Amino acid sequence: MVHAPTLTPTTEKSGPEPARRSRWRHHRGEDLTKVLFVLPAALAMLALFGYPVLKNLMMSLQDYGLRTFFTGQAPWVGLRNYTAVVKDQLFSQAMVNTALFTIGSIAFQFAAGLALALFFRRRFPLGGLLRSLLLLPWLLPLIVSSATWRSILEQDSGILNRTLTGLGIIDDPVPWLNSPSVALIAVIGVNIWIGIPFNVTLLYAGLAEIPDELYEAGQLDGATGWRAFRYITWPNLRAVASVLLVLGVVYTIKVLDIILGLTGGGPANATQTLATQSYERSFIDFKFGEGAALSNILIAISLVFAVLYLRATRRAIDE
Amino acid sequence: MPDTSLRRAVYTAIGVLILCVMLFPVYWMVNASLQPSGNTLTAGFLPLDPTFAGYRRALSEQGQNLVTSVIIAAGTVVLCLLVSAPCAYALSQFRSRWVGIGLLAILVSQMIPGIVIANALYTAYERLGLLNSIPGLIVANCSSGIPFAILILRSFMLSLPPSLVEAARVDGAGLFRAFVAIVLPISKNSLITAGLFTFLFSWSDFLFALTLTTKGGVRPVTLGIYQYLGTQVQNWNAVMATAVLSAIPAIVLLVAAQKYIAAGAIGGAVK
Repeated sequence: MVHAPTLTPTTEKSGPEPARRSRWRHHRGEDLTKVLFVLPAALAMLALFGYPVLKNLMMSLQDYGLRTFFTGQAPWVGLRNYTAVVKDQLFSQAMVNTALFTIGSIAFQFAAGLALALFFRRRFPLGGLLRSLLLLPWLLPLIVSSATWRSILEQDSGILNRTLTGLGIIDDPVPWLNSPSVALIAVIGVNIWIGIPFNVTLLYAGLAEIPDELYEAGQLDGATGWRAFRYITWPNLRAVASVLLVLGVVYTIKVLDIILGLTGGGPANATQTLATQSYERSFIDFKFGEGAALSNILIAISLVFAVLYLRATRRAIDE
Repeated sequence: MPDTSLRRAVYTAIGVLILCVMLFPVYWMVNASLQPSGNTLTAGFLPLDPTFAGYRRALSEQGQNLVTSVIIAAGTVVLCLLVSAPCAYALSQFRSRWVGIGLLAILVSQMIPGIVIANALYTAYERLGLLNSIPGLIVANCSSGIPFAILILRSFMLSLPPSLVEAARVDGAGLFRAFVAIVLPISKNSLITAGLFTFLFSWSDFLFALTLTTKGGVRPVTLGIYQYLGTQVQNWNAVMATAVLSAIPAIVLLVAAQKYIAAGAIGGAVK
């Protein structure tokens, strides 16, 4: 620490009155220490987020491919990478799939999460334990969940088809992950399963914040059951719900692990999303410029929701 | 009274039923891991004739990968906590206009897809010689760990009264000494929460393992499972045994550190 006495102390940052005089002496050293508290994290954030975003912006304007790794040259090509990926016939399908995947996942995760959170708000024996065990699917590595669901959804010998045929619900095994017409539904289903626990946890916490007095008062006015939900629960849950929904969009839109593990984007590109496409361009085709262009489009979409997210959470941050 | 206690018993029964449905895949993973080897899944609902052949095979083929994953995850925890704890303290106790900017940066960082980070890190690592290396993966995994750890730790440290540190300061301790001697011990629980989650994030990482390794040398177990899944699965019991082994940290976390988990989920998301 630098013990430089200074006669021109700037604004005192914090601290009670008696400590002031001695702290003035330390002021400059103190400021340096304070900077050192933040510096490692600031550098890490710059290296892990700032640099990648800038690098992707640059790469998306360059012909950054396999050759670049040998020659070190990446000629500027303007917006050609963007036009290439947007004109690609897979782009519109990837957009539609991304939208369906995101909306389908979030709608059902949220609905199921809310139903379960409301259920667990009723006090009953073992409720807390059951609720915390419910978190397991969320904690499992995504690739573990993918492997498990691959075995369950396996067309010929998977337990789901065997059960459904055994019960006489279907005659022929459904090619859950092998048919272009059902693969996306199956992938969305798995993602819903993964996301429910998180939704339950946050919505349960939101419900717990609603004071019991509101319900007691509501009861006197005849607000019970559905009406209590409509006029007491929902309005008070809105803040948590909006954070959760926007957070859900931001997280779901970039999901990659589950899709790669379950279908790899197939069959016949039926489960390609912007994220899987970006991965394939960069790491399968080694066209980093086009991969970067796609991922920037992904960021741009996320950013729209980021604004919503920040507006929704501002209250929570300011406190 | 018997009426309400009966109703409660019914609720518990419904709760157990919900849990059984939700956790069925996890049960199925364990069940399938105990079945005899083969490329078909003819398992019944119970492992009536359990065999550990899948585990033997998993351990011989994926044992090294499991060790790699443990090293990477432990390294990520250490690095993340070292970097995040002082920053979290600063963001909770120092008064500066930079606090708001820092928090905004952390929130915005959550919008950045992993593939963007992978794209950039691949090109940088290629030049720095960090591809196929454990340090390279540790640093990459910090991208999920650091923002989360900062938010978790900060939300706890906000509740620390400034007088706590001031007392030590009056006795002549420097800001950093006071932080190490007083703030860190008091924050033990939140450090555990942040550490557990960081371990789990890093352990679960698949994207960086997939993109930042190009040959077999360093291969986390998530990548091992992915390669098992390939085009045609030959040995489901070994795949499922590896999946079970990879699920152990999550299960341990859930059982041993239950009280920290909900705190982590809520703290990371809302604050």
